[in-house]
Amino acid sequence: MDFLAASAGPIAEALGTTILLAVAAGIGSIVLGTLITAARISPVPVLRWAAFGYVQFFVNVPLLVLLVLAVFALPDAGFLLPLTPTAIIVLTLYEAAYVAEAVRSGVNTVGKGEIEASRALGFTLGQTLRVLVIPQSLRAAIQPIGNVMIALTMNTALAAAVGVVELTSAANKLNLVEAQPILIFTAAGLIYMALALAIGLTAGRLEKKLRIRR
Amino acid sequence: MTSTVSAPALYDEPGPRTRRNIRIWSVVSALVILGVVVLALLQFASKGQLDGDRWAPFLDIAIWEYLGVGLVGTLQAAALTAVFGFVLGLLLALGRLSRIAPIRWLCTGYIEVARTIPVLLLIYLMLFGLPQLGLNFPVLWKLVIPLTIANSAAFAEIIRAGILALPRGQREAGLSLGMSHWQVDRKIVLPQAMRFVAPSLVVQLVSLLKDTSLGYIVAFTELLYRGQVLSAYNGLLIQTFVVVTAIFLVLNGSLSGLASRLQRRPGRRSLAAPTESAPAGLTTPNAPVDR
Repeated sequence: MDFLAASAGPIAEALGTTILLAVAAGIGSIVLGTLITAARISPVPVLRWAAFGYVQFFVNVPLLVLLVLAVFALPDAGFLLPLTPTAIIVLTLYEAAYVAEAVRSGVNTVGKGEIEASRALGFTLGQTLRVLVIPQSLRAAIQPIGNVMIALTMNTALAAAVGVVELTSAANKLNLVEAQPILIFTAAGLIYMALALAIGLTAGRLEKKLRIRR
Repeated sequence: MTSTVSAPALYDEPGPRTRRNIRIWSVVSALVILGVVVLALLQFASKGQLDGDRWAPFLDIAIWEYLGVGLVGTLQAAALTAVFGFVLGLLLALGRLSRIAPIRWLCTGYIEVARTIPVLLLIYLMLFGLPQLGLNFPVLWKLVIPLTIANSAAFAEIIRAGILALPRGQREAGLSLGMSHWQVDRKIVLPQAMRFVAPSLVVQLVSLLKDTSLGYIVAFTELLYRGQVLSAYNGLLIQTFVVVTAIFLVLNGSLSGLASRLQRRPGRRSLAAPTESAPAGLTTPNAPVDR
């Protein structure tokens, strides 16, 4: 057990990277995913098709393929960013498709009468979306979005496969030195479970606070 | 499923001015999207990535045969994971709904744990951890076992949702006819629940197929790993991975298409809420549930 305490520094640093990946990509994907949903319900056909195509692409291509493509292949075309930002961008683009699906499920809960009322009051489409539809959709979709955020946190582990030193990668490295697989991987697993639990509880509390009671 | 149900409620039949605005926005957004694509292509071209001789190798059948072996590996791993994951998931779903408390706790615990541990962590455990303890599996199983652990939990939750969506009266009717719980499960509950969740099961299949790309890490011969070996050999990194991406896109795209066709299937009964019979447009929240 001593080595766990001794290597607390690197582990904490790696956990910080995991949290950085999850938080940065989480915020990015919620913003991008909401914009995609807005495009998807807009009256402009080109935007609707583009949003649909975007979601279809990212839902059907494995995250690891995209990470490998972005980290190892795209530098050949001059797209070269440091490792961690690259991973954050790929995770953001990937999870945004799932957030968009979650928010779209929330759009269906917005009352038709409310939208008609906003039109009767002379709201433009942009105003209706901004003031009425999107806020209500987000509030209705807190649980699904929370599930996407948990999946995102699990997916940050894939960044280890392309060389980002985050929790999974650090656990693996520590095990190669210490040869205590059960102990080390259980500890890492418990940390991931704690992160998922924290996200789940936060989503639950947010939902209690923000849910629209009808 | 592809078009949004809410669209008609958001705006009236557009008048002449709105139609003009929509056309303007269509052109503007098309130009922006086109601009981004053109800029990206120019960047690729400036590095010679679009040159014919960098793509010509992919006209060679040998490369497709090479990647084809990887595709077979992908499908093999996916099929094994799907079968084991589904069977285990079915048992876990029934276990989580069991009347025997310890079974319920055990299955719930397993599902919650398996859902919140990254698959990659399990793979590293199989790859580097267990061999230290003298447990060394063949490479295919180093991929399939972790994927089965993760996917069985996902399957269990999908099946459980289907079982819970079934009106209680179905089970009660079966029991009152003198059927045992097991008979009711097998003959009444599960057939209907499975039909109800069929689209979600196919969606999970897509997710599972995507997961098999983790074979790249355990050096199992699947599509991404083959692509990696191929690109190391021919140096055509971008081209190879674009082709691999396209193969995954076609494969999973057709599965996703199947899922939405199942979703829209005429005569598909909705069990929980009568959303499908609701008038087009927005469905009211908390629609009356027929229980």
